[in-house]
Amino acid sequence: MTALIDVQNLTLKFRTDEGLITAVDNVSFSLNKGEVMGLVGESGSGKSVTAKALMHLNAKNAVYSPESRITLHTDKGPVDVLSLKTHRELNIVRGGAVSMIFQEPMASFAPAITIGKQMVEQLQLHGDYSNEKAKRWSIEMLDRVGISDAAKRFDQYAFELSGGMRQRAMIAMALSTQPKLLIADEPTTALDVTIQAQVIDLMKDLVAEFHMGIVFITHDLGVVAQTADKVNVMYLGRMIEEGPVREVIRNPKHPYTQGLLAALPKLDDLDSPLTPVPGDIPSPLERPTGCVFHTRCSKVVGDVCKAVEPTERRIDATHKVSCHIYEEVPA
Amino acid sequence: MSDVLIRAKGLSVGFPIGGGLFNKQILKAVDNVSLDIEKGSFFGLVGESGSGKTTLGRALLKAAPITAGGAHYSDGEVDYDLEKITKDQLRDYRKRAQLIFQDPYAALSPRMTVRDIIAEPLEVMKLTKSRQETDARVREIAAKCRLNLEHLRRFPHAFSGGQRQRISIARALVSAPKFIVADESVAALDVSIQADVLNLLKQIQSDMGLTFLFISHDLSVVAHTCDHVAVMYLGRLVETAPTRKLFAAPRHPYTKALFSAIPSLDPDDRGSAQKLKGEIPSPTNQPSGCKFHTRCPFAIDHCKQVEPKLESDATGHDVACHRWKELMAPQAA
Ligand SMILES: Nc1ncnc2c1ncn2[C@@H]1O[C@H](COP(=O)(O)OP(=O)(O)OP(=O)(O)O)[C@@H](O)[C@H]1O
Ligand SMILES: Nc1ncnc2c1ncn2[C@@H]1O[C@H](COP(=O)(O)OP(=O)(O)OP(=O)(O)O)[C@@H](O)[C@H]1O
Ligand code: SF4
Ligand code: SF4
Ligand SMILES: [Mg+2]
Ligand SMILES: [Mg+2]
Repeated sequence: MTALIDVQNLTLKFRTDEGLITAVDNVSFSLNKGEVMGLVGESGSGKSVTAKALMHLNAKNAVYSPESRITLHTDKGPVDVLSLKTHRELNIVRGGAVSMIFQEPMASFAPAITIGKQMVEQLQLHGDYSNEKAKRWSIEMLDRVGISDAAKRFDQYAFELSGGMRQRAMIAMALSTQPKLLIADEPTTALDVTIQAQVIDLMKDLVAEFHMGIVFITHDLGVVAQTADKVNVMYLGRMIEEGPVREVIRNPKHPYTQGLLAALPKLDDLDSPLTPVPGDIPSPLERPTGCVFHTRCSKVVGDVCKAVEPTERRIDATHKVSCHIYEEVPA
Repeated sequence: MSDVLIRAKGLSVGFPIGGGLFNKQILKAVDNVSLDIEKGSFFGLVGESGSGKTTLGRALLKAAPITAGGAHYSDGEVDYDLEKITKDQLRDYRKRAQLIFQDPYAALSPRMTVRDIIAEPLEVMKLTKSRQETDARVREIAAKCRLNLEHLRRFPHAFSGGQRQRISIARALVSAPKFIVADESVAALDVSIQADVLNLLKQIQSDMGLTFLFISHDLSVVAHTCDHVAVMYLGRLVETAPTRKLFAAPRHPYTKALFSAIPSLDPDDRGSAQKLKGEIPSPTNQPSGCKFHTRCPFAIDHCKQVEPKLESDATGHDVACHRWKELMAPQAA
């Protein structure tokens, strides 16, 4: 397995009027070529912000800790992503080696420029494309993600498409530069399941074809089960569980992961009420002491959870969890 | 006896598209849809992306141009024919019928505090008499949606998708509406919060006696929250039924395909879902006969020529398919 991206001790805060907000707290993970990582977690847990960090794309008020290190392995050797500064340098990752499908579909298309024009510009920025070649390839990509009348859509504006079509156009644009790493932030949320199934197949094909790595952010654990090789679960900026997809879904260890799975609406049981994880997500300004989940956890053990932040422990060779209940299994 | 809050009859919405003067085309986003939404119900609307769900919801809010047919709103206090609604009536209707947006990122103004975002409908519609009254109302609704005082002072950019969704919900509820169109309003939420917001919406619905049109792609969510479900395809209503009936015995081949495409939670069950082939036809170049025939595994020649009508039955389970009866027979393939 060849490493594609390596994240070490990523800590990211935002400067705001009310002080520093911790969005990502000492997170480490890595991804190999051809691997799909599912990133799940509570709303506000830092998934999008973590993903944007991989392209050094966070808002201006973002502050990275000095220990934070993100290494992208490209054909031309390793790149220290967080040290990139100029537009030219950043283009290596943004839209070049790394592409992102954003959670907010409108945000990725300029409203006053046609979809086609934006796709062509993006291609020409990162590769040697004549106008005609760029247009042909863009239309082919639109067609491949299942957009009918691709040639016509090429000349349309984003607001003229339905939400789902817009999402697919965005996927087409992100894939057109054939990135090494694709970050997909909720790419199928706006799609209906029959199209979602097609998009998931498409992404799997692309992993196989281009040997691309994918970070797949989603709330849908069914989608994770169908696409990911491994799963990372976040809560309030912490990576609280990580492991192979089968392990995490069949044998979740962290009380939060267990709660997530229990909260899923199940089609074979319409009578029992939905069971949310109790309580509220704490404000990022008032991060709980000790284990960040202790304010909502039903398994709190004594005072230790409130006082001591649990370190990550290994349950077996590939499954890790940050919770006091578990003891590290010796390697 | 249940009352109908909104009744649509042959409702159609068309958008003119295309450039030149002579090749103007009409895109039929909603085509001849008839449905009844009962007072106090949680009415689900599902369907392919681009099938016209949002447009139908907007038409019922009188926010998209109705090009044929019409819709009628009647809540016991007022009676409005949405097609012939007057300016004054429309102003009143805006209080009674509200939208929770599909895309919480696009919906919230970045330059307003959360307090001002939630208060805006009150101020625009002049529903409160003093700033104190506005603040009290905002706080009450915010608390219902579990937003605290500190949240109210902040700007929306500092919130994640899920939090913004609750801001949108609070904003929609602040004018004490009777009818809410919730467009994908839980799609941005992770499941622990989603379950919570769904429970919250249900709670608010029964507390405030609201009626919901709930637009979603997530069939499991619809199954758990809605009492009635309508399925759309290319602007048409293809099936509508009480939720349990629909999920126990779907009749339309498209509905069946939707059910089988729900991603399984079992990682070893990959690719077993029965997948629909083909693309969604372009809405400007719609297939003849049954709009689903280009993707339907059961299509026959008759389907290509004749459009099936929505057949009603006594149990409220309606379907538009020529072959549904033979396909429901146990020996059918
Ligand atoms: N520019 C910013 N300024 C201040 N705070 C921010 C900024 N961007 C993000 N945050 C905060 O960082 C935290 C993490 O946000 P992020 O968008 O990564 O969440 P998420 O896990 O993607 O949530 P969701 O599932 O709702 O999209 C949140 O508390 C959010 O309010
Ligand atoms: N203002 C508009 N001008 C032209 N066409 C439009 C407009 N609004 C919507 N449409 C078209 O009408 C059709 C229905 O769109 P609508 O947004 O209602 O679909 P939807 O079912 O809500 O889809 P999604 O699930 O993707 O949100 C689509 O073909 C869309 O492109
Ligand atoms: S460390 Fe304690 S509070 Fe945190 S998840 Fe484990 S049991 Fe719950
Ligand atoms: S009418 Fe024919 S094509 Fe349409 S859904 Fe029924 S069987 Fe399929
Ligand atoms: Mg996000
Ligand atoms: Mg829509």
